Amino acid sequence: MSARALDGRRIGRRWQPGRQPTLMIGAAILTAFVLTALLAPYISPYDPIAQNAEIRLQSPSWAHPFGTDNFGRDVFSRVIWGVRIDLQIAILGVIFPFIIGTLVGTVAGFFGGIVDALFMRLIDIILAFPFLVLVLSIIAILGPGLSSFYIAMALVGWVSYARLIRAQVLVLKNSDYAVAAVSLGFSRSRIMFRHLLPNAIAGSVVFSMSDAVLVLLNGAAISYLGLGVQPPVAEWGIMVAEGQPFITTAWWITLFPGLSIVMLAFGFSMFGDALGDALGVKE
Amino acid sequence: MHRYKFVLYRPIQFLPVLFGISVVTFVLVRLIPGDPARVLLGARATPTAIANIRRQYGLDEPMWLQYFYFVKNLLNGEMGKSILYKIDVLKLIMTRIEPTLVLVLASVTLSVLIAVPMAALAARNHGRFADHAVRVISTAGIGFPPFWLGLMLIILFSVNLGLLPVSGYGETLGEKIAHLILPSLTIALSLSTVLTRSLRAAMVEGLRSDVATAARARGMPERVVFWRHVVPNSMVPTINLLAINIGWLIGGTVVIESVFAIPGIGQLLVRAIFSRDYMVVQGVAMILACATVLINLIADIVTVAADPRVKL
Repeated sequence: MSARALDGRRIGRRWQPGRQPTLMIGAAILTAFVLTALLAPYISPYDPIAQNAEIRLQSPSWAHPFGTDNFGRDVFSRVIWGVRIDLQIAILGVIFPFIIGTLVGTVAGFFGGIVDALFMRLIDIILAFPFLVLVLSIIAILGPGLSSFYIAMALVGWVSYARLIRAQVLVLKNSDYAVAAVSLGFSRSRIMFRHLLPNAIAGSVVFSMSDAVLVLLNGAAISYLGLGVQPPVAEWGIMVAEGQPFITTAWWITLFPGLSIVMLAFGFSMFGDALGDALGVKE
Repeated sequence: MHRYKFVLYRPIQFLPVLFGISVVTFVLVRLIPGDPARVLLGARATPTAIANIRRQYGLDEPMWLQYFYFVKNLLNGEMGKSILYKIDVLKLIMTRIEPTLVLVLASVTLSVLIAVPMAALAARNHGRFADHAVRVISTAGIGFPPFWLGLMLIILFSVNLGLLPVSGYGETLGEKIAHLILPSLTIALSLSTVLTRSLRAAMVEGLRSDVATAARARGMPERVVFWRHVVPNSMVPTINLLAINIGWLIGGTVVIESVFAIPGIGQLLVRAIFSRDYMVVQGVAMILACATVLINLIADIVTVAADPRVKL
């Protein structure tokens, strides 16, 4: 199956991964992180939450490549186990808004009129709030924790996807094939979800990659503030917070979890850029 | 002057949004399980205080009437009292607004000062090494968590070089400036990655535009073409991009204020969440939402002032 642009023209050449370094780098980084998450119990040299008072705050060495923290826990092992949580944050924090936003955007764009107007006003209101402030306020009510974060993301994050899909559907519903589908007597849901949505979704898929970066940074920031993942779980944001009192003496506790966030985010960015080029989507 | 007429009617268009903001904040606090009077006043509230707040907010009345009381109190500048600080929420926010405002303004200024030269370097070397380098740096830079970047800057400038204070705010003007340099640099570095990318695109387009070609035909040196014709034309998309990112920027200050222990609105919000000071959470969310709406209006005015072709 070849990718086609919205006007039906074929886009891109035959798929040649070697010609797209960004795709290769992005895919390699993401694969490495997924494998690390899956194999964490086998590759982490120590228990990520086992405390050992005798080896507190040790600088990086062969035995502890990323050093140890103030509880004598191995930072390298904690970074490896942290992949599981932070990758989960990036994926779940995007999937729920993606699904909700796609449904809302398709329905609003297709039906137009009062349904559309209502959803658009709701989106205006949600967008009036600074994103993180609204997410924090929802977490304030639900109580700290990762599930509160996912609920808050689902309640707030869908608006970007809804706007992207709606804009596409508004254009596509007047296209020849959509009019043809109507005249063939197809049901509304068939036209919406079998004809319009597959053609409208490319932009959202590309956006979801840069969104994953923002969600990862927000999730880690909320854990850093103490409102997300709770200790002693190994998560990068909370590791940075736990290392902060020791930055003058033990920089390694904060450095490595932060670098891991940077790497994972870079993987998503590169992969998203390449995906955008391949699908002919301009951000 | 008629191009500025929108300044008069735009606030009327904002009314539904302001109404929405008040409904959202009202609903948020009412969603907390338990007796709203106890939720708002905390566990140690006296019976008189509870009776007072029931009357002031009509907590025994039906929901729509409660909302009416809520708006009436808001219009009187009444946002309730903080449990933790024992003073009016609005007054509390006003005492905290200065550091946040300065931080936001300084971050925006610094990020433009970083992004314009970066984008200029990339656009003037379009397709060459400098362009790719800037692209990779800005792509990677988007993924730097600001709270972590702030700590790395502390290690570099405060711990190793001993140039700047680690955290806090200070009393005198000089102390305040010294304390705000690292936090604003942190936010500016994060924001400039986004700015650089779109500025670069606008400048590359500008270099290919008829305006630039005409200027070159008149014998104008490339450097002058760039700074006199291309750069000013790329400023309008930049202003719009800053307006779009203002919510993100405010969210960033919330986190950064906590990293650097700056007594601003963001730190107030985070502390209020921990101490279940819901009146403060509600007040801060509402003020910051209104600020976002206001800043977008200002961005519209600046756009109209900067570009004679724009009509709103």
